[in-house]
Formats: sequence, C-alpha cells, structure tokens
Amino acid sequence: MKRVTLALTLALAAGLTAEAADAQTLKTIKDRGMLSCGVSQGLPGFSSPDDKGNWTGLDVDVCRAIAGAIFNDATKVKYVPLSAKDRFTALQSGEVDVLSRNTTWTISRDTSLGANFTGVTYYDGQGFMVKKSLKVNSALELNSASVCVQTGTTTEQNLADYFKANNMKYEVIAFGTNDETVKAYEAGRCDVFTTDQSGLYANRLKLANPGDHMVLPEIISKEPLGPMVRHGDDQWFDIVKWTLFAMITAEELGVTSKNVDEKAKQENPELKRVLGTDGNFGEQLGLTKDWVVRIVKAVGNYGEVFDRNVGAGSPLAINRGVNNLWNKGGLQYAPPIR
Amino acid sequence: MSTEARKPPPQIALKIRRVLGGKTGWNGIAVQFAFAAILGWIAYEIVSNARANLENQHIAAGFGFLGNNAGFDVNQTLISYTGSDTFLRVFVVGLLNTLVVSVVGIVFATVIGFIVALCRLSPNWLLSRVGEIYVEIIRNLPVLFQILFWYLAVLAALPNPRQSISLLGLAFVSNRGLVIPRPIGESGFEAFLVVLALGIVASLALRIYARRALFQRGQVIRIWPYVLGLLVGLPLVMVLVSGPPFTFELPQLKGFNFAGGSRIIPEFVALTLALSTYTAAFIAEIVRAGILSVHSGQMEAGSSLGLSRGTTLRLIVVPQAMRVIVPPLTNQYLNLTKNSSLAVAIGYPDLVSVFAGTSLSQTGQAIEIIAMTMGVYLLISLITSAVMSVYGWRLSRSLGA
Repeated sequence: MKRVTLALTLALAAGLTAEAADAQTLKTIKDRGMLSCGVSQGLPGFSSPDDKGNWTGLDVDVCRAIAGAIFNDATKVKYVPLSAKDRFTALQSGEVDVLSRNTTWTISRDTSLGANFTGVTYYDGQGFMVKKSLKVNSALELNSASVCVQTGTTTEQNLADYFKANNMKYEVIAFGTNDETVKAYEAGRCDVFTTDQSGLYANRLKLANPGDHMVLPEIISKEPLGPMVRHGDDQWFDIVKWTLFAMITAEELGVTSKNVDEKAKQENPELKRVLGTDGNFGEQLGLTKDWVVRIVKAVGNYGEVFDRNVGAGSPLAINRGVNNLWNKGGLQYAPPIR
Repeated sequence: MSTEARKPPPQIALKIRRVLGGKTGWNGIAVQFAFAAILGWIAYEIVSNARANLENQHIAAGFGFLGNNAGFDVNQTLISYTGSDTFLRVFVVGLLNTLVVSVVGIVFATVIGFIVALCRLSPNWLLSRVGEIYVEIIRNLPVLFQILFWYLAVLAALPNPRQSISLLGLAFVSNRGLVIPRPIGESGFEAFLVVLALGIVASLALRIYARRALFQRGQVIRIWPYVLGLLVGLPLVMVLVSGPPFTFELPQLKGFNFAGGSRIIPEFVALTLALSTYTAAFIAEIVRAGILSVHSGQMEAGSSLGLSRGTTLRLIVVPQAMRVIVPPLTNQYLNLTKNSSLAVAIGYPDLVSVFAGTSLSQTGQAIEIIAMTMGVYLLISLITSAVMSVYGWRLSRSLGA
C-alpha cells in the first residue's frame, strides 16, 4: 500500500497529469474504450467483488451508469480498488477518471484537492458498533473505551471531536485498511468499531457471528458520500453530475429498467424531454439523445439501485430513510431536466 | 655540457584533473560535468512540472499545512499530544514512535542474533540444530506475515481488560496491553537523580582506570564490588536518609479500561517482537560468518593457553570477527528501521501511519508529506551508518589494522 502511494506520488510529481488536466476526459475515455473508476477495496453494498471477480454495489452502479451513458454498455468499466489514503492521489494523477468510493463531501476536500464532488449518492452518518455482551446502549456510555478506526478517513477527526465534546476519554487504534480494522475489532483489541453507519452494517456481515454485535443509535456526523472528478474539465464534471440526477429523475417519474421502453413511447411532455424523444439535452452534455434511457437500462433508477445494493433487496437491508426522494420525506432531489 | 632542469608540470591543473577526471583526464571531467548537468536538469524539470501541474489543478501546495490543527488522536505518544495540536507535532510524535520501535528492535535483534549465532557454532548438537532451525524458519518467511502473526497471536492469547491477568495487583496484562505502576516524583526526586547520575559517572571512571591499569601495568583490579556499591548502595542510603523519592500511581480498572499507570500497547510489543526476531535471524548468520572468518588457530591458541571456550570467544575471536561483522550488521539495522514502516498493518502509530497516512489524507498534500517522510528515513539511515562507520573505524584502529 505504501508502494502504491509512493508510485502515485511520483507519477503526480513527474507530471503524467499534463494531459489529464486538459478538458479531454470524455475523448480520452472514448479512445480508450473503457471508463477507469476508483472504488473501495471491498465494502459490501457499495463496492465489492463477488467470487467471480464481478464488482457490485451502489458506488459500482454509478460507474456502470456513466459507462452506460457513454458506451451504451455498462460493462466497459475498469475498476481500480483504492485504500482510503490512496484515493485522492489516484484521482489527481489521472489513474482514475472518476472516484466513486464512499467518500465524504467536505469543504477541505472540495477546495484543496484539485477535485470536485459531483453530488450525493448516499447520505450517511458516522456510527458505532459494539459487542452486545458489553451491555452498552448509547455512545455516551463509551468513556475510556478503545476504538478501532480506519486511517485516512473523516472518521478519525469526528471521533476526536465527539469524545472531546462529551468529555470522554478513549484510545484510538488506526489501521491501514478496512479489513485489518474489522479483524482487530473481532480479535478483541478494541471495544468499539466506528465508521459510516452504512459501513457498519456492511462490515457486520463479515463478522463470524453478526448477531453478537449491535450498531448504536447515535449518529455523530454528517457524511454525504459522493463521486469526485478532477478540476479542469467542466464537461466531464457535468456528465458525472447529471448521471446521478438522471437516475433520481427516473425514479421520480416512475421510469424503471423494466418499463423504460414503454415510457419512451408515451406522449407525456416531461417523459419525452427526459427520455430524449424531444430536445437534445444529451447532446449538449456530449452524450447521445437517449442518454437517460441508456443509464436506466444499464443500472435502473436510483430506487432500484438502492434496493438492489443496500436496501430491502440486499443482505444489508438498510432503510431508505433520508435517502428517499424529496417528495417521500427524504433528501434526494434532482434539478429539473429541461 | 650542462643539462637544464626540465620545467615542472603545472601542479594545480594536474591535481584538479586527477580529482575530477581520474585516469581519464580532461575527457573524464567533461563527462562528469555533462552528467551533473543532465541530473540537475531532470530534477529541475520534475520540480517545475509538478509545481505547474499542482497550480493548474488548484491543488494546495507548500508546507503551510504543518501549522494547521490535526484534529485526530494517536494512541502512543512519547510527548504530550492532543487532537488540537498541529500536523508538525503529529510528525514529531510519529517520528519518535518510529525511533523508539527501531532502537528497541535493534537492541533485541543484536542480542538474539549473537545468542543464536553462538548456538549454531556450539559443539552441542541440540543447540546448534535449534539455532539452525530458528534461522531457516524465520528468515524465510515474509516479515509482514510475521508481524501479523505476532499481533494476532498476542491478541488471541490475552484476555479482555475485565479478566486481565494480575501480577501481584501491581501490573495487569490484557489485550489492551501491559499496564504498570507509574512513578511520580516526590520532593527528593531531583536529588535522587543527581546521586544516581553521580554513581554512574563514578563507575565509568573506575572502569576506565581499571582497564588502563590492566593494559599498562598488567594489574588486575576487581571493580565490581565498588560499582555495586555506587549504583545500588548509594541510592539506597539516599532513600533511607530522606525518604522515598517517588511514589507509584497504581492502575485501576475503570469502565472499559485501566485508568492511571503507564501502558505498553500490544501493537508495540508485536511489532518489536516481529522485527527483532526477524532481523536476528540475519544477524545470526552475519555473526556466524564473522566468527568463522577468524582462523581456527586463534581458538586453538586460546585453548592451549588454558582459557575456557567462552573467554576465548569473548577476548580473542569476537573482537577480530567484529571487523567483518560491522558493515553487514549496519545493513540489518537499516533494514529493521525501514521495515518498521509496516507498522500501519497492525495499527501501531509510526511515522508512515500517522504522518504519511492519516495526515496525508486529511490534507491531501501527497508530494510534501511523502518528500518529508522519505527525507526523514534517509536521515535516520545516514546517521545510523555514520555511527556504525565510526564504530568500525575505532575497531580497526584498536586491532592495529
């Protein structure tokens, strides 16, 4: 992992990025015939490879949707697994075209990394997981606990803030990768494992006896997770941003991967605009007129993607909660396509 | 007929030519200058290109971030540190953690290495086989694997804090580490330290005097009773006269963990164990090679003088072997220091973990942080080699070589 950081840093220093900074990302991807997408090293529900090496998850579906919009083929994605601390360097150096790796949107990341967040794919918050045998019911009972955390995340700073604000002492043990952190928690090195709450549910599935562990009710931070792209290419920024908006809009309009062809034939003006039988929004983005149809055929609408990967249709079974549409009590809201 | 003395060649130019060009003369100098110029140009290109790219992409650059608040905690700090300290302090904290694990690892590796080497060379069949098995197993397994093994083995073997193993109610061993009573200085503490330092200095002076007497006059002076008196007796008298100079703060189980006392974290123990046993296998082979390089006649000569095997080794063989041992031993010390950067795998907060890891991703300033980290490792390694070179030089001088 250290070598990866070093290699990426050298690549950055030696200026392999000269081309990457140009507004040529879409052309580069088309010439290459592949979208290069930075994902996690394995977080069930968001991005993890199955036993055949196929990647699945919410973050993976964002990559698939972009590839679908460009190539009309969701499989044309090269997945680059990245640790938390290597991810930004990989994006800066041009190793990946888009970073879709459960990354929290913060002002410092948005302003100092030379990259932009394109939207929020999942509204998360940091939580705590403990063994049920500790008989703890609230994070406020965690004084003097040992906490396992993955290094290179916003989690470490939130943790410090929370314990300081509540006048509690703690011991932090920070590991390089998610799996090492979970292993140390399971081995009893710490009482508490902390990360984004979705990650807690996902990692609980990796433990030997998931039923022996519980996620505490407190959410101690706002963690809006979203994809990132490099500065300097506004067209590419727009494409990634509007791919997510297209998925949300499709859900709003009831367009699913099953009924998209029928919906495209209907005489509803909004449907005609969105699905490209009327207007040329896709071409303005640098894509084709039927870009939304392609995206929905590739991965489905946002609701389908959520259910399949993290929601009711997945082992994680996370409630839609704040990730529901704005008109159903949630926060997911897309600007109009018109 | 008179012969005129030939004009001597211009000495200064000749010297310059020799120094810079060696045997190839002026051509050599030209090549060297060209080479240096190319290197300089490449370095300049890299730096200016990186700077231009960073500026183009609006990535923050420079070392200003070192003064910003770090905002995260570290679980082993040799100097006081809280989340509201700066990244510069994080750097120092990480550096000290790297240094402490390296120094402790080097000491243990050297001791274990010498013992294993002597085992392998022993005429005792069982001992030499044990030494051989140790070396062959340890040096043939990847060090990262050994670090993880020790970490998970240490953790698995230890109970949780509530069931911790109590050592006379003073120290406790659990999977949170070893908790021991912490000495807290009382009124007479400074005076006590002064007396202790005085004892150490006096003992050292005594030793130098005794050695001089041995080498110059052949007179054997037994100094250990005096040394014992100075190091133990004197402080003891001090304690009896003015009361105990410090009291101990006992660790107590509170909630999840122990409060009070000092703690050695299991990550440190596992990392030190793994690094020292791993490096010891290599050191054992180096020491064995060194000892074998001394002519066997030396050992026989020692025996014929009536010296025991141990004394012969200590006084005759090992000092000669050290000349061969020191240069490769330096390599192993450097390896151990650099291998300590694998600490991040088991959550030990070394320089790579807290600075090139957490700080890097909090600030995103990869180039500055990686450059600083590389510079520090280079500096540590150069200092280690320098110290070992001086030691090797003194050794050769004392052997008259």
